[in-house]
Amino acid sequence: MTIIPQDAEAVSPLQRVAYHAWRIRRFALRMGEVQGQGYVGQALGWADVLAVAYCHAMKIRPADPHWEGRDRFLLSHGHYAIALYAALLEAEIIPESELETYGSDDSRLPMSGMATYTPGMEMSGGSLGQGLPIGVGMALGLRLKNNPAWVFNSMSDGELDEGSTWEAALSASHHKLSNLIALVDLNKQQADGNSHEILEFEPLVDKWQAFGWHVQRVDGNDLAAVVTAFDNAMSLTELKPRVILFDTLMGKSVDFLETREKNHFIRVDQDEWQAALSVLDANYEKGGF
Amino acid sequence: MGADANKKPRLTTSAMIASIASEGQRTEAAPFGHALVAAAQQDSRIVGMTADLSKYTDLHIFARDFPERHFQMGMAEQLLMAAAGGMAKEGLVPFATTYAVFATRRAYDFIHQVIAEENLNVKICAALPGLTTGYGPSHQATDDLALMRAVPGLTVIDPCDALDTAQAVAEIAAYNGPVYMRLLRGKVPLVLDQYDYRFELGKAKLLRGGKDVLIISSGIMTMRALEVAELLGDGSADVAVLHVPTIKPLDEATIIEECRRSGRLVIVAENHSTVGGLGEAVALALLKARVHPEFRQIALPDAFLDAGALPTLHDRYGISTATMAANIRVWLG
Repeated sequence: MTIIPQDAEAVSPLQRVAYHAWRIRRFALRMGEVQGQGYVGQALGWADVLAVAYCHAMKIRPADPHWEGRDRFLLSHGHYAIALYAALLEAEIIPESELETYGSDDSRLPMSGMATYTPGMEMSGGSLGQGLPIGVGMALGLRLKNNPAWVFNSMSDGELDEGSTWEAALSASHHKLSNLIALVDLNKQQADGNSHEILEFEPLVDKWQAFGWHVQRVDGNDLAAVVTAFDNAMSLTELKPRVILFDTLMGKSVDFLETREKNHFIRVDQDEWQAALSVLDANYEKGGF
Repeated sequence: MGADANKKPRLTTSAMIASIASEGQRTEAAPFGHALVAAAQQDSRIVGMTADLSKYTDLHIFARDFPERHFQMGMAEQLLMAAAGGMAKEGLVPFATTYAVFATRRAYDFIHQVIAEENLNVKICAALPGLTTGYGPSHQATDDLALMRAVPGLTVIDPCDALDTAQAVAEIAAYNGPVYMRLLRGKVPLVLDQYDYRFELGKAKLLRGGKDVLIISSGIMTMRALEVAELLGDGSADVAVLHVPTIKPLDEATIIEECRRSGRLVIVAENHSTVGGLGEAVALALLKARVHPEFRQIALPDAFLDAGALPTLHDRYGISTATMAANIRVWLG
């Protein structure tokens, strides 16, 4: 990708995505500090998947975010905007100078992701359960145009509650949309609490398989596993849509947020943002690069 | 037992998709389907999508000629609207069809958020508008215009007949932006070829002049208004008819200009509930312009309507030609 560590030649591909994942987490925390709030727990948990998507798997042109040949990335869970902005900053689609406008009046980076505001944002999310059915239409359209681009739909486990998600799951399989990859964040937290107590969606592997999808379930914070899962999904020859179910940990890489009482919105006090960055940096150094 | 049963009068029955054409009326078959084929021959971006109602929205005509551009999305209206949005994002021009009740009530958020918020080039073509089926409230889209008018940036149209439908399809295919069009399907009456008329997006058209009454109407009610004008032309009243096929954006200038002409009773006639349709839109436009004619609304009641045969129901709710004419005679004294 575009930003690589200084001794790029010396590092492995895995170290490279680790570097990008660390920087995506940093951007997210810095935006969180601007607003004094935000879905940073989700951003920290989803950063590894975003790093692999934007810095390993997808074809993009940062200077031309709507290039016809790009791989499409739909952010169905609009509240993860802070996470995607961090990835778009890391991919240099959004200039770093805009970071500090996050969530402010007239910013191109509103709290909930909207295609009408932000370069590189492919849909207006927020009303959950819309990304996958939009992805079905885009995948059908790409196939009709003989365009080999991929459609990735990034979604939360809460969106598994929505009927429209399953309408799309049926349809993608019916139309054999092998250019569609769903990325599901299983952080098991929804607005009212633990996902399993809100509306049980397990057994998920069985469900998606029964709907005719190729299914993988991996630890979404094990970078090697995430890279392998993307590689697998993109190299299959089966005429099936693909889903990767990622078990993730909200607050990942900032120990005191990982262990904080889990809910939809992790509380971060004003004096904790700098501490969070310090812990993140220390963990990254420890992980070795 | 047998003898009595044989003497029972035959009851008036209804069908879900009964024709709205009256006995002996000139019709054209599937004007939407044929017009879409013609448009698609000119524009390779046009695709057809439906939620298990291809045959019942005349999209099967398009599917027959362009099978690779016809997409069956199953009985899943949320998916239909979102996937149509996805198609439009890829530069295609989807015509998405289902019944009006399912498009507007069930998939409202998907029209609002996926299609309209991004101003995507999707044409939603929705059959069984207003009271055009006796099947009951589940299929009677008496509120579709109110719902669609509330969506920012959505163009809303209500064509009158086969000619209007065909010309509207060509115009909305050429227009870049989201559209909701009420769809007349099957054998559709042909009326407007008798008038100096052409569909123009956003324009109201005066079909006939008259000094006593001005009927402002859309959709099939324009056909009824023209019949009423003929009936009352027996010396009862001289009736003008202003056809307003584009409900949003409303051609306020033409409406206000016609209503400014003093002394005429103004009647808005719509195949829709009294709430949120053409009647309220016209009334607001007139109030804002300080034009205050005698004003009446012919519309469906704000209620869950009965099931039954269409002619029965149109009489019951005052939108048949005969009941309209009778009411206007009363209003004129």
